[in-house]
Amino acid sequence: MIDNRRGRTVAEANATQAGDPTRRDMLFLATGAMGAVGVAALAVPFVRQLAPNAQTVAAGAPIEVDLTPVAEGQGIKLFWRGKLVFVRHRTKAEIDEAAKVTVASLPDPQPDSARVKPGKEQFLVVYGICTHLGCVPMGTAPGEGRGDFNGWFCPCHGSHYDTAGRIRKGPAPKNLEIPPYAFLSDSKIRIG
Amino acid sequence: MSGQSTYVPKWGIAKWMDSRLPLPRLVYDSFIAYPTPRNLNYMWTFGGILSLMLVVQIVTGVVLAMHYTPNATMAFNSVESIMRDVEYGWLMRYLHSNGASFFFIAVYLHMFRSLYYGSYKAPREVLWILGVILFLLMMATAFMGYVLPWGQMSFWGATVITNLFSAFPIVGETIVTFLWGGYSVDNPTLNRFFSLHFLLPFMIAGVTILHVWALHVTGQNNPTGVEVKSYAKDTVPFTPYATVKDSFAMVAFLAVYAYFVFYIPNYLGHADNYIQANPAVTPAHIVPEWYFLPFYAILRAVPDKLGGVLLMFAAIAVLAILPWLDTSKVRSMSYRPLARQCFWAFCVTSVMLGWLGSRPAEGIYVTLSQVFTALYFAYFLIALPLLGLFETPKKLPGSIAESVLGKSAGGSGAMVGAAAASEPNTKG
Amino acid sequence: MNFLRTTLAAAALALASAGVLIAPAHAAGGETKPPAYDWTFNGPFGTFDRAQLQRGYKVYREVCSACHAMSLVRFRNLSQPGGPEFSEAQIRALAAEFKIQDGPNEQGEMFERPGRPADAFPKPFPNEQAARAANNGAYPYDLSVMAKARNYERGFPLFLLDILTQYQEGGPDYIKALLTGYEDPPAGVELQPGQNWNKYKPGNIFSMPNVLNDGQVEYPKGVDGKPQVPETARQYAADVTTFLMWAAEPHMEARKRIGFQTLVFLILFAGLLYFTKKKIWGRLPDHAPSGAH
Repeated sequence: MIDNRRGRTVAEANATQAGDPTRRDMLFLATGAMGAVGVAALAVPFVRQLAPNAQTVAAGAPIEVDLTPVAEGQGIKLFWRGKLVFVRHRTKAEIDEAAKVTVASLPDPQPDSARVKPGKEQFLVVYGICTHLGCVPMGTAPGEGRGDFNGWFCPCHGSHYDTAGRIRKGPAPKNLEIPPYAFLSDSKIRIG
Repeated sequence: MSGQSTYVPKWGIAKWMDSRLPLPRLVYDSFIAYPTPRNLNYMWTFGGILSLMLVVQIVTGVVLAMHYTPNATMAFNSVESIMRDVEYGWLMRYLHSNGASFFFIAVYLHMFRSLYYGSYKAPREVLWILGVILFLLMMATAFMGYVLPWGQMSFWGATVITNLFSAFPIVGETIVTFLWGGYSVDNPTLNRFFSLHFLLPFMIAGVTILHVWALHVTGQNNPTGVEVKSYAKDTVPFTPYATVKDSFAMVAFLAVYAYFVFYIPNYLGHADNYIQANPAVTPAHIVPEWYFLPFYAILRAVPDKLGGVLLMFAAIAVLAILPWLDTSKVRSMSYRPLARQCFWAFCVTSVMLGWLGSRPAEGIYVTLSQVFTALYFAYFLIALPLLGLFETPKKLPGSIAESVLGKSAGGSGAMVGAAAASEPNTKG
Repeated sequence: MNFLRTTLAAAALALASAGVLIAPAHAAGGETKPPAYDWTFNGPFGTFDRAQLQRGYKVYREVCSACHAMSLVRFRNLSQPGGPEFSEAQIRALAAEFKIQDGPNEQGEMFERPGRPADAFPKPFPNEQAARAANNGAYPYDLSVMAKARNYERGFPLFLLDILTQYQEGGPDYIKALLTGYEDPPAGVELQPGQNWNKYKPGNIFSMPNVLNDGQVEYPKGVDGKPQVPETARQYAADVTTFLMWAAEPHMEARKRIGFQTLVFLILFAGLLYFTKKKIWGRLPDHAPSGAH
C-alpha cells in the first residue's frame, strides 16, 4: 500500500487529507474535549486565588462595640472588615424627624423602623459609604456639615442623607447600607 | 520566513485585516504552513516545551507577585502566608519554584540536542547566540527569584553570587555596593531583585520572539543535519504534524512536572531555605540550585578569586563562539563517530561538574573539579576545532526523505505537484 | 537510531543533574542517620491521623511551647480540613486559654484580651535576645516550618530512588530521632553546663535538653478509662513531630489528593494525544512504519 502511493508527495497527501471526513473522528473529538476540560480545570485555582485569603476572612470575624461613650447627638466611626461604619446616637428630635417623613416620597422608600432595632431607635448603625461611588459622607464628626436633611452630606457629588441615613437628594441611588449587627445589651452591639 | 507565504484570506474581515496588519498571515505562516523537517525526533519538542514553561512561570509569577511583599522583614512570612492562607497559594508557589527547575531541565536538553546535532552551525549562528542570551537571562532571573523568599539560602546565595563581582580590580567593590544598594545584602537588594525578577521574564519573552524569528528564517535543523532539499518530500506542515507531536511531548513533560509539584515539591530545593534569612549565621554548606552547580564547580576549581570568576564567565562565553570553534562540515554527530564519543564524554563531564559543585570545596573534590573543568573547555577549544580537520565522517543520506524512507524514495522520487512551494530559497 | 540513545542519555543526565547534585546540599546530616519511620503521611496517599495531630498539639502546648514559638500557625488552622480538625468550639476554647496583647485602645494603651481563632500562637519570648537570655544563650527556633527546614544527607543512590519512592520525610525523621536520641556521652567527653549529648545531632552537642519523659503529658482516655496510645516519650515524639509536619505543610492532604487527580488526567490526556499523533502521522502516504517519528 505504501509502495502504491510513493509517487505522491507529503504536502500533496496533506492537501487531500484536509477534506477527509474521518478527520473529526472520535479520537480527535475526545482529545480536544479532554484538552478543553484540562484548561477549564486549570483556570479554577487561578481564579480562586483572587478571593480574600483565609487570614482576611478570619480577621473579619464579628466585633463588639461598647456604645456607652457615645453621647446623644454624637456619632462614632469604626471599621469592620475594612469598611467604615457610623454609629449615631440620635436625639428625640432626630428620631421624630426621620419617622414623620412620607415613606412613599423617598427615592429609596424605607420607614425609619426598618433601619433600626426595635426599642433601640436612638442608635443608628450604617456603613459610612456613600451608595453613589463610595466616598465617606460628612456629618459624623462634630462640626461637620450634615447636609440639607440633618443627616450626612457626601462632598464628592453632593448626596444628602437624612437622620435615618436615607438618601433624600443627589445622585446616590440607595439609602446608606446597614451592616449585620445585634444588641448584646442596652449599650453593647456586635457587628458581623 | 522561509519560502513565500501561502496564506489566502478566506473571509472579508480576514482580507481587510491582511491588508492592514497581517497578523493572521504571520500566525498562519509561522505555526500552520511552516514546513518542518519530517524526520525530527522528540528532542525537537523542547522548544515548544520551553515556550510553555515560560508562560507557566510568567502566569504563576504574576499571581505570586499579587500576594508577595518584597520587604526584608516581611518577605519570608508573606511567602508562608501564600503557602497557608491564599486559596491554592501552595499550588502557585510550588508550580513556580519547581517550574524554574523544569525550565532548566528543558533548556539543558534543548542545548544538548543542539550540541549533538550541530544546530549551532551555519547558517544558524545567530539563532544559537540568541539562545545563549536566553540562557543567560534565565540564569539571572532564576538567581534573583531564588532570593525573594528570603530564607537562609536566598540570603547567602545572594551574598556569595553578588560578591563574585568584587573580584574585578578597582571597580569591583563599587559594582557590588551598587548591586546591593547598601553595604550588605539587605532590604534595598531584595527590592531591586524583585523588580528585576519581574522584568527579566518579559525580556526573555522578547528575545524568544527573535529566537523563533531567526529559526523561521533558516528553518529547523534535523537529525541528519542535511538541509531540506525539497519542501514537498522532506517536510510536513507544522500543523497538524508538529503541533500534535509537540502537544503530546508537552503533556508528557507536564506529567513529570506535576509529579514533582504535587508529590515531592521540596525535593529540588534546600531545607535551609525554610529558615528565615539570618545575616549572623551562614549555613554549613552554601550550595546554589542544581542548575548552577556545574558553573559553581568551575568557579571553585581555580584557587584565585578573579581567575575563578573569569573562568566561570568564560564557560558560558565559550558557548557564544561555538559556531566558529567547530570546524566540521558535517552537522549531526550521528555521522561523526569520533565527535560523538567526545560529546558523550562532555555530557559526563557536565554531570560530574554538577556533582562536584555540590561537594565541599576541599581535598580530592578540588582536584577533580580542575580535571573536569579542563575537560569542559577541552571539548570546545580542542576537540571540536581539531576533529573537524581530522575526522572522516560517515556517508550522509542524500536527503531527509531518503533517511526516513530508504534509498528508493529519497534520491529520485517523482517531484510532482505542489511544485510551487517545493523549492527552498533560503536554505543554506 | 541515535535519537533514542540521545533522549535516554539526556533524560538520565537531566535526572542526574536534577536530583543527584542537590541532595548533598541537605546539610543537617548527623553522625548517625535517622531511621525512616513509618509515618501515616508517607507516600502518595498519605494523610494525617487527626487524633495524632490533636495529641501532638497537646504535647506542643504543654512541653515545647514553653520555649519554642510557632508564630506562623493560627488557632483557626487547628480546625481547617486536613489538620487536627478540632471543632470550632474547641479552637475558640483553645485560643481563649491564652492572653493576647492587643491595642492600642482609645487611651493609647496596649491591653490583653483572651485569644481568638484568628490569632497566631503567642510567642514565649518577646524577641530573640530575651529567648537567648533565658536559655543559656541558645535560641529555641520557631517551629512553624521546622519539619521542612531540617533534612539529612541521603547519599547515592538513595536520593535518586527517593524520586520514585517519594521520600519527603527527612525533616520529620530527623526531628523524631533527635527527640528520642539523647544518650550519655561516651567516656572521655566532658559536657559543659547547658550541653547535652544527642546521637543524631550533627556534632552530637545539643543545647536542648531531653524534655520528653514517659507519662508527662496526659492523653485522652478511651471508653475503658485507659489512654488509647501509650503515654511514653517515644509516642510523644512521634505525635509532636506529626503535628510539626502538618504545621509546616498544612495543605499536604489537598496537595496529594489534587496531585493524584492531576496525574491521572495528564496521563490519560497524554495517551490520547499519543494515539492522535500516531493517527495523524500515519496518514502520510509514504509513512514508514518504523520511521523516526
